[in-house]
Formats: sequence, structure tokens, C-alpha cells
Amino acid sequence: MSATTAGFVLPPRDEPARRARLARRRAGAITGWVLCAIAFGLLGIAMGWILLMVLIRGVSALTPTVFTEVTQGTGGGLLNAIEGTVVIGVGSMLLAVPFGVAAGLYTAQFSHTVFARVIRFLADVLVGVPSIVLGYFGYVTMVEYLGWNFSLAAACITIAILCLPYICRTTELALGQVPAAMQEAAYALGAGEARVAWRISLPMAMPGILTGILLAFAISIGETAPLLYTAGWSSYLWTGQLIHSPVGYLTYAIWAFINEPFAAANALAYAAAFLVTFLVLLISVGARLVLLRRQGGAR
Amino acid sequence: MSFRRLLALFAGVLPASLVAVILFLAIYSWPAVRFNGLGFVARTTWNLGNTYGDPIVRNGVAQLPGAQYGILFLIVGTLLSTLIALLLAVPTGVGAAIFLAEAVPGRLRLWLSFLVELLAAVPSVVFGLWGYAVLIPLLGQHVFPVLGRLLGWIPIFAPPYGSGYGLLTAGIVLSLMIVPLIAATLRDAILAEPMVVREAAAALGATRFETVWKVVLPGVRKILIGVTILAMGRALGETMAVLMVSGNALNYLPGNIYSPISTMAAFIVSQLDSALQDPTGLAVRSLAEVALVLSVISVGVNAMARLVLYRAGLRGARV
Repeated sequence: MSATTAGFVLPPRDEPARRARLARRRAGAITGWVLCAIAFGLLGIAMGWILLMVLIRGVSALTPTVFTEVTQGTGGGLLNAIEGTVVIGVGSMLLAVPFGVAAGLYTAQFSHTVFARVIRFLADVLVGVPSIVLGYFGYVTMVEYLGWNFSLAAACITIAILCLPYICRTTELALGQVPAAMQEAAYALGAGEARVAWRISLPMAMPGILTGILLAFAISIGETAPLLYTAGWSSYLWTGQLIHSPVGYLTYAIWAFINEPFAAANALAYAAAFLVTFLVLLISVGARLVLLRRQGGAR
Repeated sequence: MSFRRLLALFAGVLPASLVAVILFLAIYSWPAVRFNGLGFVARTTWNLGNTYGDPIVRNGVAQLPGAQYGILFLIVGTLLSTLIALLLAVPTGVGAAIFLAEAVPGRLRLWLSFLVELLAAVPSVVFGLWGYAVLIPLLGQHVFPVLGRLLGWIPIFAPPYGSGYGLLTAGIVLSLMIVPLIAATLRDAILAEPMVVREAAAALGATRFETVWKVVLPGVRKILIGVTILAMGRALGETMAVLMVSGNALNYLPGNIYSPISTMAAFIVSQLDSALQDPTGLAVRSLAEVALVLSVISVGVNAMARLVLYRAGLRGARV
């Protein structure tokens, strides 16, 4: 009935089948979106659950003594651990920043050299090396072979190796956003590589580099496995010694004290978990907000 | 020395430290490598030998009588927990990425994405704490029996359920730890897909979900594969959370999905104290061999993931 002059014939429309197909596709789309929402919802629930647990149990365990006293057996406070966490974090940043920023500067500035490619690739691989492997490396080399015993130096060097790739990659990213024209202008005015790096590239990329360092600092606060066999554990305040003297830290308190059969010890574990989690989240949120603001809130 | 040379010297510390880690672990564990041979990865025996016996020297290696080391149970535990984590995390991550990139308007997307990145920042030991204090009682007492009743006809889901510590619990906690990486990377990749492919699909009459599922997602296939391998590497080496929820099985191959297990990374932490009881040092060196095997595996996995991601054009700094 629908013969045309164009020389071909359209098959008669099968209206019910077309409707059914359309309904099926629509149902598939709705199912798909719902499943995606559920997937995201699962993430949100897990996140909320973890944070709420840490918040509720942590806050109820926070007493003034947590901040004023050192650990005694499985009770007392966490002053030694808080101090140790900060000292290890700052110490490892002091070690990691010069080398990490240098690696980032090299990969950004001499981007196409073979060495830059090697550094970039190995930095990406080093990120994936399990932290316990770095910890055991620190144990057999520094604690055992060099005879430093459990010590601040061994802990800081181990954590510094862990943080190097993060600092390197964020530095490279920050330097990549410095307009090439600025550097070219400096070169054209006769500045050497060192002057361009110190006076142009690094200052202009400084906020991004600092963000990366802050994120690395947050990582160093949250790490446990590499510290167990390098820093050891100490119930006393840091003695000021770099070697031969173990250091306490918050993440150890979480792991060790939750397994104790005493309520006081468990409370300390939750207090430590609260301090670690919210310190880490505060730093990462702050750093990321700064980064977002600088990128103009894009994405 | 020129600036470039000096900079290269400082920058070289990063690659040098990776080489040093593997080199020193290899040197330190060499006597154990010789003693254990290839059977190290094929045996399910971690036995220090008679710690009260006199050390003997055989083939130039001091050892306790009866010492034998094999880590097959650790390799199995590591691979199975990683497999479960990936089976749970990849669909969830893909779904969450699609939701974030395609279903949520710009401003809200920023905040919800933020939530995912926060989950990635939660320290490993806190995941372990949550698993220990919340998940294990819940799973062991309520979820596993139900799961067994529903899926008990599949042998691996059949009882005994155990106490909640074990393979499935470890897999669930691991999946939560790797899902943010998958979701965030894939979200960025989906957002970076060009608009024209969506417009073309829409012009052909595809629904929005069909556009995402059949056009956009295949476009980011390589990135999905790369980030899955990356997440696998992360799960293989995860230590503290697994240590706190896996049950730390010794010399035991899992019988079902609820069985206690241990992984290579967790085992290094849980066994060093007892390894130090071996006066010959062979146990500590064998533990170093575990670390060496783990680092070689993770370097291989990560190198592969990065090569896939580089080839997909992703050189981002998301680490």
C-alpha cells in the first residue's frame, strides 16, 4: 500500500513491536541510572559510616588527659603519640621536599629527556610499591644493618621515600601550568636555567607545590605499616635523639590498642583514630580547596 | 657543576631509592632465596624449625633443624582477596563514575566528587578499625548466615561461616579502599570524552543511558583497564586493613569464602616478632624474601598499569 516512486518499499510499520522495543529501552535506561545511583550511594554510605563511627566513638573518648599525658601501659594519654606523629611528619617532609621538588622540576623543565621519562615512570611505579615493603627495607637496612635500632631517623627516611613520588608528580603538574611564555621571556632576557627555575618557575608554581607537600604530609600522618618496624613504639616523649631511640605515633595506638581487652585502651584507640582521620581529612580538604579555587572551580 | 647536573643529582634520588629498595631486599634475602629455592612459592609451610635446637649449617646456610618456608597460602590469600575486591569495586566504581559524570549537575558534582576523594584519603588503619569494630560483628553474626542460606548451593558459599574474619571481609574492605581510585579516574575520563560523540549518538536516537553505556564507556575502555590494574596493585599490597580483618591464617588454604586468610603484606607485619626468635636469622631473611616477591609483583603490575594508561593518553598526576 505504500509503494513509492523512489524505487524502494518501506516495510509496513509494526507499531506494537516498535512500542515494546521502545519500552524495553526506556526500562533499560532507568535500570541503568538506578544502578549507577546505587553504586554511588554505596560509596556515600560507606564514607558516612566510617566517619560517623570515628566521630562518635572518638569524641566520647577525647578527654583532656589525651592531650596532656603520655601513654602508661594501655591507658593514660596520647601526648607522646601526637608529638611523635608530628615530628615524624615534619622530619620526613624536610628530607623528601628537596629531592621530590628537584625531581619534579627536572621532569617538568627537561620534559623530553630520557632521564626525565625514567624518573616519571619510576615515580609512578614507586607509588605502587606497598608501604610495608618500604618499611621492611627500612628495617633490614637502617634498623638492623646500620644498627640504628627503632629510631626517628629510620622512620623519617622510610616515610620520605614513600612521599617522594607524590611530591615529584604534584610539583611537575604545578610547573606545567606556568605559562611557557614567561619562561621563554626570561630566557630571551639572558637568564640561565638556574635563574629561570628559581625566579620564575618555582615562585609561580609555589601554591601548587605547597599543596602537593601538604598532601604528602597528610599521607605521612596516616601511614602505619612502614613505621611499625622503623619507628617502633615508645610511651615516652621524643628524647631528641635521631637514632637508638624509638618514637610513638598515633596510628600505632589505633592498631595496637583496639586489640586490648581493656575499655580504657580501646578508648585511646578511638581517640587516636579521631585525631588521625580528621587531621588527614582537614589537610587534604584544605589543600584541595586551595587547588580548586586556583583552578577557578573548573570541573 | 652546572645547574642541570646538580638538579639531576637531586632528582636521581627518587629512582635510586626504588632501585635501592629492591636491591637491598634482594641482597638481604639472598641466603633465604638459596635455601628456599623455587618451592618457596609452591609450598604451604611456614615453619621456623625447632627454635630450641642447635642451629646447623647446610649448603653454607645456617638454619634451625626442620626449618622450611613456603608461602603458597599467602599467594592464594593475596590473589583471592584482591580478586574479590576487584569484582566488587569495578562495577561500583564504574557506576559511581557514570553517576558523577553524567547524572549530576556541575556544582553538585564538585561536592559529591569531593566525597569520593575524601574516602581515598582515609588512612588504611582507620578502614581496618571500621572493619574490625563494625563490619566483622555485622558480617559474622548476621550477613554470612543469610548469604549461606541463599547461596549455600554454591560450594564456596556453604558453611562454616567462621567468626567474620576472613576472605570476604578482607575483600569488602579492600574494595572500599580501591573504589575511589577507579571512580575518580573514570569520572575524569568520561568528562574528557568529546561532546561530539554524545551528540552523534543522540542524533541517531539513542537514549542518554545508551549513549553513556554504548558510546562513551567503550571510548574510555583503555583507561578502565589501566586503572583496574592500578587498583589491583593497590589491593595486592594493602597491609593494615587486611591485617585487622583477615584472621591472619597460618599455613592454611581457604576452604570457602568465609575462611581466614593472610596476605603477603599483612604476613610481614604479623610474623616479624616470631621470626626474630630464629637465632640464625633465616626466618627474618625469608620474610625479606616475601617482601621481595611482593615488591617484584607490585612493580610489575604497576609498570603494566602505567604503560596501559600512558598509551590511553592519561599522564595525569592522580596518584
